[in-house]
Amino acid sequence: MGISVEGAVKSFGDFQALDDVSVEVPDGSLTALLGPSGSGKSTLLRAIAGLETLDAGRVTIDGEDVSTKPTQKREVGFVFQHYAAFKHMTVFENVGFGLKIRKWDKAKIADRVHELLNLVQLPGLADRYPSQLSGGQRQRMALARALAVQPQVLLLDEPFGALDARVRKDLRAWLRNLHEEMNVTTIFVTHDQEEAMDVAGQLVVMNQGRVEQSGSAEDLYEHPANEFVMSFVGEVNRLGEDFVRPHDIEVVLEADDRTEEGVVKRIVALGFEIRVEFVLGDGTDVWVQLTRNELQRLELREGQIAFLRPVQAKSFNGSTPSDPPGASTPQGSDDGGDAEVSAAV
Amino acid sequence: MEAHAQSRPVAPRAGLHLPGVGTGLGRGTVVLYLSIIVLLPLAALASKSFEDGLGSFWAQATSPPAVRAYELTVICSLIVVVINGFFGTIIAWLLVRDSFPGKSAVNAVIDLPFALPTIVASLVLIELYGAHSPFGIDIALTRVAVVVALLFVTLPFVVRAVQPLLIEMDREMEEAAASLGAGGFTIFRRIIFPNLLPGLAAGVALAFARAVGEYGSVLLFAGTLPNTQVSSVFISTQIESGNENGAAAVSVVLLFTALAMLGLIRLFQRWGSKHERSQGAGAGGLTVMPMSGNFTEKEADDENR
Repeated sequence: MGISVEGAVKSFGDFQALDDVSVEVPDGSLTALLGPSGSGKSTLLRAIAGLETLDAGRVTIDGEDVSTKPTQKREVGFVFQHYAAFKHMTVFENVGFGLKIRKWDKAKIADRVHELLNLVQLPGLADRYPSQLSGGQRQRMALARALAVQPQVLLLDEPFGALDARVRKDLRAWLRNLHEEMNVTTIFVTHDQEEAMDVAGQLVVMNQGRVEQSGSAEDLYEHPANEFVMSFVGEVNRLGEDFVRPHDIEVVLEADDRTEEGVVKRIVALGFEIRVEFVLGDGTDVWVQLTRNELQRLELREGQIAFLRPVQAKSFNGSTPSDPPGASTPQGSDDGGDAEVSAAV
Repeated sequence: MEAHAQSRPVAPRAGLHLPGVGTGLGRGTVVLYLSIIVLLPLAALASKSFEDGLGSFWAQATSPPAVRAYELTVICSLIVVVINGFFGTIIAWLLVRDSFPGKSAVNAVIDLPFALPTIVASLVLIELYGAHSPFGIDIALTRVAVVVALLFVTLPFVVRAVQPLLIEMDREMEEAAASLGAGGFTIFRRIIFPNLLPGLAAGVALAFARAVGEYGSVLLFAGTLPNTQVSSVFISTQIESGNENGAAAVSVVLLFTALAMLGLIRLFQRWGSKHERSQGAGAGGLTVMPMSGNFTEKEADDENR
C-alpha cells in the first residue's frame, strides 16, 4: 500500500510545522522520516495516521484519498515513542484491543494474540501489566498491538527514542527483520541518522517543515542536495566554501600545493576510529577521522604540525541551506564518555 | 546521548528527617497526640453509648426514629454521590480538557463548599430555594432539600479526586485506541473511564462519608421535622431532649459507617495503584500487593456477554 502526501501544510498557532510537504512512500518499503526536532517529521507521520488534520494538502493511501477519513477508518498501525500502553489492561488485553473493537470472537482473538506475542518475542507475558515490563518489552507489545489489526501501513513515531542504547540497537535489527517478514509499508520517524540509515531503505530528510531531500542512505550520503542534508546525514567539516567529510581528508607530514597546515589540538580514541582535531592557520577547527593504524603510522601528537589534504569536497553554491547544525564543529567532544589519549606511541 | 542505564548507587531516601522522630520519643509523642485528639473522644463516645449496657445500646441504636434517620441519610447520600459522581466527573473533564473564559474562576469556586461554613450554605440555599425563592422554587424543609444541601457540600470531593487523574492521563493512550479503530464512546468507556475509576471511586467514597455526617448545611434548609431528620440532626435533637445515651448510640453507628468508608477508600487507592507498580518498588517505597480479584479480567468478561 503506497502512501503519498501532496502539498501538506500544517501550523500550530505561529509555528509552521509542515510547509508544503510532498512525500512518496512506495508500497512495501521501509521509510525513515529523518530530521531534527521541530522539523515536522512527527506532524507528518501523525497527519498520515489521521491524528492531525492538515490545513491544506492531501494524504493518499493505496491510491485512495484519506484526507478526510478519521483515524479509526484509515487502518494504520501507530506506535508511539512512549508506548501509549493501556496500563489498566494486561499485555493480552492490550494486544487484543483492536480485535475486540472489531468484534472478533474470543477464541480467534486468543489465537491471534498469542501468535503476535510469539512474533514480538513476548510469549508467556500475556498476563502481565505494562508496568511489569521493561521499556523494550513495552514497545514490542505496542508493536504487536498495532500489527494485530493487520494495518495497511505501520507508522512508528520515534519508536526507540525512549530506550537505552543497547536495546535500541537490538530492536532496530529486529524491526528490519520484522519488516522483511511482514512486508507491510512502514514509515518511522527518527532524529538519529545512524538509526535511519541502519533500518530504512528510503530516507526522507526534513528540516523546518520542509523536505530537504529523499533517497537511499547511500544517495543522501554521497550526493547530498545541500549543506543541511550533508551535515545531518553524516559528519562534516567546513573549509571556506567547501564541505568535507572527516574521512575524506588525508593527513600528511609534508606540505605540497594542495595541503593546508594545521596544528593537532586533540586526539580522541574511539576504539578503532581515531578522531584528530586540528586548528588551521585561519583559526578554523577541522577534525579528521583516522584509523588506529593510520595514526600509528603518522605518529601524531597533540601540538604537532601536520598537513591536511581534502580528497573529496562539496560546495553548494546557489543553494541556500538553512541552519546547518553545527557544521565544522567537532561533534564528539561533548559526548562526555570519550577517552582522551595523547598519542604517545 | 548514550544513556547511562547502569545501576546507580541507591541513595538514602530524600526527605525531611526530624531529629528524634522515629525513635521512641517521637513515637510516644505521636501516640499521645493522637490519643488526646482522636482516640480518647472516640472511646468516650463508645463508652457513653454502652453506659446502660449492650441491650440498651441496641435498643437506642435501632429505635424506629433512629432507623428512619439512617435510611434517609443513606438514601439521600447515595443519590447525592451518584449525581455528583456524574457531574463531578464532567466538571473535572471540562476543567482539564477544555478551555473557556473564566475557567480559573470556576476552578477556584469548586473549593468554595470546603471553605464556606456549612451553616452559611444552608442560609444561602434557603434564600434561593426557600419560601422566598426568587425562582419560585420552595423545597425548604423537604427531603429534596436534604439532597440539594448534600450535593452542594460534596461536589468538591469528586472533582478534586478525578481532576489529577485526568491531568496525568496519557493522551497517547486515547490516540492509540483511536488508531486501533475505537470511536469516541468506546475510548471513554474502555480507556479513559477505567483509568479514572480509582480516583472517582475514592472521591465518591469520601463524598459519601461526608454526606452521611453532614449537619450544618441540612440543619436550617431541611429542618428537624421527623421526615427530614438525617442522622446528625437526629443526634442533636436527642441531645436537646436529654437522651444523651441515644445520641451516643447513633453516633457510634455513624462512626463505624465512616470507618467503613475509609477502609473502602483505602481499597480503591490500592487497586488504583495496582497497575502503577514499578518494578522493584520495594526499596523505600510503599509496596502494594496485587489484589486477588482481577478487576479488568472480570470486566472484560462482562463486556463479552
